[in-house]
Amino acid sequence: MINIFTHYSHQLLVGFGWTIFSSLLALLFSLIIGAAFALMEVLPNKVCRMIGRTYVEIFRNIPLLVITMFFYLVIPMYLVKINGFTAGTIGLTLYTSAFIAETIRAGIQSVDNGQMEGARSVGMTYWQAMRYIILPQAVKIVIPPLGNQFINLVKNSSVLAFVAGFDLMYQANSIASATFDTINSYFVVGLLYLIITLPLSYYMRYLEKRTA
Amino acid sequence: MRKKFWLFSLVLWTFLLTGCGQSLSQQSVLENAKQANTITWGVKGDVRLFGLIDVKDGQQKGFDVDMAKLITKHILGPKGHADFVTVTSQSRIPLLKNGNVDAVIATMTITPERQKTVDFSKVYFNAGQSLLVPKNSPIQDAYHLNGHTILGVVGANSVDNVKKASPKAKVLELQDYAQAMNALKSKQGEAMTTDNGILYGLAVQNPGYEVRGGTFTKEPYGVAINKHQKSFVKAVNQAIDEIKADGEYNRLIKKWFGQVPGFNYKELYSK
Repeated sequence: MINIFTHYSHQLLVGFGWTIFSSLLALLFSLIIGAAFALMEVLPNKVCRMIGRTYVEIFRNIPLLVITMFFYLVIPMYLVKINGFTAGTIGLTLYTSAFIAETIRAGIQSVDNGQMEGARSVGMTYWQAMRYIILPQAVKIVIPPLGNQFINLVKNSSVLAFVAGFDLMYQANSIASATFDTINSYFVVGLLYLIITLPLSYYMRYLEKRTA
Repeated sequence: MRKKFWLFSLVLWTFLLTGCGQSLSQQSVLENAKQANTITWGVKGDVRLFGLIDVKDGQQKGFDVDMAKLITKHILGPKGHADFVTVTSQSRIPLLKNGNVDAVIATMTITPERQKTVDFSKVYFNAGQSLLVPKNSPIQDAYHLNGHTILGVVGANSVDNVKKASPKAKVLELQDYAQAMNALKSKQGEAMTTDNGILYGLAVQNPGYEVRGGTFTKEPYGVAINKHQKSFVKAVNQAIDEIKADGEYNRLIKKWFGQVPGFNYKELYSK
């Protein structure tokens, strides 16, 4: 096991870097996209709700690998060239954003209806009520399940391995097939994933305690 | 907190200890095979001409598969049964090591590195690495690939060979041949590399693509068998000799490679 760490430290480091980079990009964009579609889903406007609902149902119910393969193989054939890393990160973003949208929507809707009515009755506009009354309460509810999504996001980034995205899993496959030491190669990579996800897990727990 | 720590270390140790288990190398594969009257072979499922799963009946078909059937018959007698398990370049050695398959006959090149982990029979097929490119590609051969992106498959030694021929080539490793072929069609790379036999199979399926530049390595295929199974290796070697001697080998070569355009199959005949 130590051998793999020392012999392949460069490859592992590169994989670690790409995994974190992809996860961060996907995290940022899926949060933005997810929040936007969550808001669309709770708006009074029916068309908006329909669009939000459709987006979430499509990307929540198609396997991540299928979305990624679509961007890696199909789009380049007809439109523009997308490399493996980008295709994987796009797939990851769309897939995760659907789950984040669901999480945030559930959080907003779990705030009692009376809150909105009360806010409107004291003269706030819809958006003011959303901004100052509903969202601050929703955030507290949403943090724990959102943390779960972030951890899933990091783990799901292993989809990059299937499109030659140079991430940890890709390096693991490559090291395992070069050394034939399958058990230790994947064990090392498993540990490296833990290095990313465990602190995330503990930070989420801490946030949960502080906001509760 | 203390409880949690113990639970965590318990899980960790379970993982660590699985690495120390005794392998199946103490049992004789040949004896087990004779008792069960069955040899379980690892073959490819996505390589046309060598081992391809026929979608119509779900059976693996190809040169490797027919060779495995013949070797089985020569070892166990005419009633011997050959079982097939689909493997990939990446999974074939682990599956052999943990005893899921008795032997692997899956377009596998005999290399010194692999010989450290598994034993090989004698050579049953002489392949060589080549390039598959779109017909209008400017690429001529493997020695002028610097700056180009080349597609290979995880677990194959073909990637290292490209690096040796053209050190500045960029190599992407895909999961299997079908995926590498799709990636080539999607222009994720400019050429695909692996053994010529496999590439000819792909060229037959995909008009518009051709094998180019000749072979730049020698890839002798062998049957891979677990370490410490000398009796089984001997039996397989003997079977291969018999198959070559009685002309069955040449018939198989003609059956699978006789129709491939641009491939001089007669070179492969055993003399």
